Amino acid sequence: MKKTVLSVLVALGVTTGSAFGAGDAAHIHDVDFSFEGPFGSFDQHQLQRGMQVYQEVCSACHGLRQVAFRTLGDEGGPHLTEDQVKAFAALYEVFDPELDDTRAAIPSDKFPRSGVENAPDLSLMAKARAGFHGPAGLGINQIVKGMGGPEYIVAILTSYTGEEKTQAGTTLYENTAFPGGWIAMAPPLADDQVEFADGHDASAHHMAEDTAAFLMWAAEPKMMARKWTGLLSVGFLALLTVLLYLTNKKLWAPHKRKA
Amino acid sequence: MAGIPHDHYEPKSGFEKWLDARLPIAGVLYSTLMIPTPKNLNWMWIWGIVLTFCLALQIITGIILVMHYVPHVDMAFDSVEHIMRDVNGGWAFRYLHANGASLFFIAVYIHIFRGLYYGSYKSPREITWIVGMLIYLAMMATGFLGYVLPWGQMSFWGATVITGLFGAIPGVGPIIQEWLLGGPAVDQATLNRFFSLHYLLPFVIVGLVVIHIWAFHTTGNNNPTGVEVRRKSKAEAAKDTLPFWPYFVIKDLFALVLVLTVFAAIVGFMPNYLGHPDNYIEANALATPAHIVPEWYYLPFYAILRAITFDVLFLDAKFLGVLAMFGAIFVMALAPWLDTSSTRSGRYRPMFKWWFWLLGVDFMVLMWCGARPAEGLVPTISLIGAIYWFAYFLIILPILGRIEKPLPTPETIEADFDAHYPPKSTVSR
Repeated sequence: MKKTVLSVLVALGVTTGSAFGAGDAAHIHDVDFSFEGPFGSFDQHQLQRGMQVYQEVCSACHGLRQVAFRTLGDEGGPHLTEDQVKAFAALYEVFDPELDDTRAAIPSDKFPRSGVENAPDLSLMAKARAGFHGPAGLGINQIVKGMGGPEYIVAILTSYTGEEKTQAGTTLYENTAFPGGWIAMAPPLADDQVEFADGHDASAHHMAEDTAAFLMWAAEPKMMARKWTGLLSVGFLALLTVLLYLTNKKLWAPHKRKA
Repeated sequence: MAGIPHDHYEPKSGFEKWLDARLPIAGVLYSTLMIPTPKNLNWMWIWGIVLTFCLALQIITGIILVMHYVPHVDMAFDSVEHIMRDVNGGWAFRYLHANGASLFFIAVYIHIFRGLYYGSYKSPREITWIVGMLIYLAMMATGFLGYVLPWGQMSFWGATVITGLFGAIPGVGPIIQEWLLGGPAVDQATLNRFFSLHYLLPFVIVGLVVIHIWAFHTTGNNNPTGVEVRRKSKAEAAKDTLPFWPYFVIKDLFALVLVLTVFAAIVGFMPNYLGHPDNYIEANALATPAHIVPEWYYLPFYAILRAITFDVLFLDAKFLGVLAMFGAIFVMALAPWLDTSSTRSGRYRPMFKWWFWLLGVDFMVLMWCGARPAEGLVPTISLIGAIYWFAYFLIILPILGRIEKPLPTPETIEADFDAHYPPKSTVSR
């Protein structure tokens, strides 16, 4: 009997004792990112710093295959100049099917795919890990604190305990933010690993936040346009609501409380 | 026609007469737009217009998305990202379409519960109710098919789980499942047929909506008192009603725009709040998500499905769950015949009210249960919730009609309206 119940649950894809138990989310702390809320916007300098960390550290293993280099020059993003975009793209090698060979990337190319098989592509990571529907699955943290994928990324990058173990020939590192507690990624960030051109503090925690911001932009490059459109729409619709309210009131007045 | 007596279209100009003799379309439009509508309709009667808007929104944004989407297992996910990044305004169309589905379902649930409270399903509006249930089922199917198209993890595994439900039917189940999928598992054939049907079903819904409107334009609208419009003469009917245009068009537009203001805020500021993050991971047949959850609008019925965890005789739990899930909607469709009360509106039914609101709470609790992993107290709460859902329709509605003593209803709609908006002579007194 119990076996049947279990097999039904498994068949429905519902594993009991889910790795995403309530306890795991507790290790993720809220970060006040500049892009949160209806009026929040990306900090161009933070995106550029995050881009640098991605280029110098993350891209050794992780790809960003949905993102085109040219978009680095877009407004509302890192907003590089045309020359900077060209120079940045040239840091990467891409495979060109016409040449049947690799060549230096140009702005119209996209970032390469992950170079290491088990390293996930980071293009959508900031949206694919937005799952903190707490408390009790009610999603209140998302609304009130704006908690989501970027917080998860910061937590993953900074929650190593220093413990490691070898399992089936793979070294796993203990990370309290990772579901299950053990992650295959070695601690990627150390203090002052990167030297920022703007002289910004390069502590591991700061770098993690900058990386998370950059990955949020990578996942949602049109966020600024979206919020601006949202503000305009809400404003115009609210105005139209008022006008229609007054129209409706006047229209019905002769039929309500008539003499 | 048994409808409410009202003015009919009179062709005046030469062209109007010419057209009317060949195709009386102007007369049909006139009667539809000028239909006498109970003047005491409250704000719960605005959701029909919201739903009509949603249907149009989904079809228009959908047609634009199809221009850029590629229904291929290797390209579908990337084509959606192409829409989000490279297509002009593509992100807006996609977020409108994804959140439009949520608005559609919020509106339909309020619309259905409005009908349940005010007894809109009762004679003579059974056909309107049944057609409405068919629309709801078609919406569920369309939503499910559409959710598969972005080819994310939840798309893929949701399709696997839901088609697996059909596989639970004893005997023919596996054959039906394979027929639905176009193969042994969710793959290219599945994606292609889901895409095709996702494009087809909205137009079926359009047809059903026309029948839905036709039916209630024949019987006339229900209203918060449940008292019928007096229809012995035009003059009498005019005391209870006002023409749809302009009175209800403007009222409904006001409500619609208010709803859209909130909708615009959600699309603009938190467009992914109602979606599942895992759907931003491309479908992977080798990696099952830890916790497969359907979209929020299926959750109450998903909870009923999971509530059955025990075999009964030769029927296994999974099949019983499937029966319970579809049965939950079926018993709702039977409400016109299960409700034995002679009083139509819940407003005048003191006992019914409590059971009705409990059903509303039950619905929300089931929704929460459907989103949680089936562990701890969740299966028990789901079972209790499922039992209440069935009990409401199969036991409570039939019994209440016999034992409840309803309050007196107003004589006429006019009397109810004037009680809300007292004529000036009464106010100044």
